[in-house]
Amino acid sequence: MSDMDDMDDDAGIVKKFMFLNRKAPHGTVYALEGLEVVLITAAFDQDVSMAFTDDGVYQLVKGIDTKGIEVKDFSKTYRALEGYDIEKLYVDQVSMDARGLSEDDLIVDVTVLSVDEMANLMAEQDVVISF
Amino acid sequence: MLHIVNKSATDRGSLESCLRMATQGSAVLLIEDAVYAATTGNAAAAKIQAAKAGLKIYALGPDLAARGMAARVLDGVNVVDYGGFVDLVAEHSNCQSWL
Repeated sequence: MSDMDDMDDDAGIVKKFMFLNRKAPHGTVYALEGLEVVLITAAFDQDVSMAFTDDGVYQLVKGIDTKGIEVKDFSKTYRALEGYDIEKLYVDQVSMDARGLSEDDLIVDVTVLSVDEMANLMAEQDVVISF
Repeated sequence: MLHIVNKSATDRGSLESCLRMATQGSAVLLIEDAVYAATTGNAAAAKIQAAKAGLKIYALGPDLAARGMAARVLDGVNVVDYGGFVDLVAEHSNCQSWL
């Protein structure tokens, strides 16, 4: 069987992917790289969720202005995710509370989950990719 | 002495290590992800509030702005720009970066 046949066999299979974001936006490259991978995954018509926990919730904060540190401001890209059919964005309530953040502080609409809800969502995924 | 912290206090222990070692009258400059500790509602804000009694606390303005935190800085934390960063390094006889 050729590689091409293998690919045909896999065509149409939809897996549940969760991209788990746990880092603040600019101190490391994880947030930006994670976002790039999510956009690539969107091209493969998979069931994609993005989850934001710990310092990852800081990625979604409004009012980011990166001119002073001369790095790319990728925060507006989160608003474009909808256009790629990535509409399942989840944030962890405990992480939000520990940082004094509410949904009003975020640039996109999200679903706020309790620890149990987030844990169950993670457990039901086929693939979890962590950034 | 000038202490410089660049890691988020809600991710790493470097701010706590710094505050444990910083002697009375020292300066602590928060840069990069460490600036979150100096914002309202952050779990580490109480540590910064307590530390202000014996230490001078500074936060780098461009790093606050880049994180959407410019309007959330704790009272009593001095916001400096890059020029202010240079001044702090020049004013102090030595410095320690808590990488």
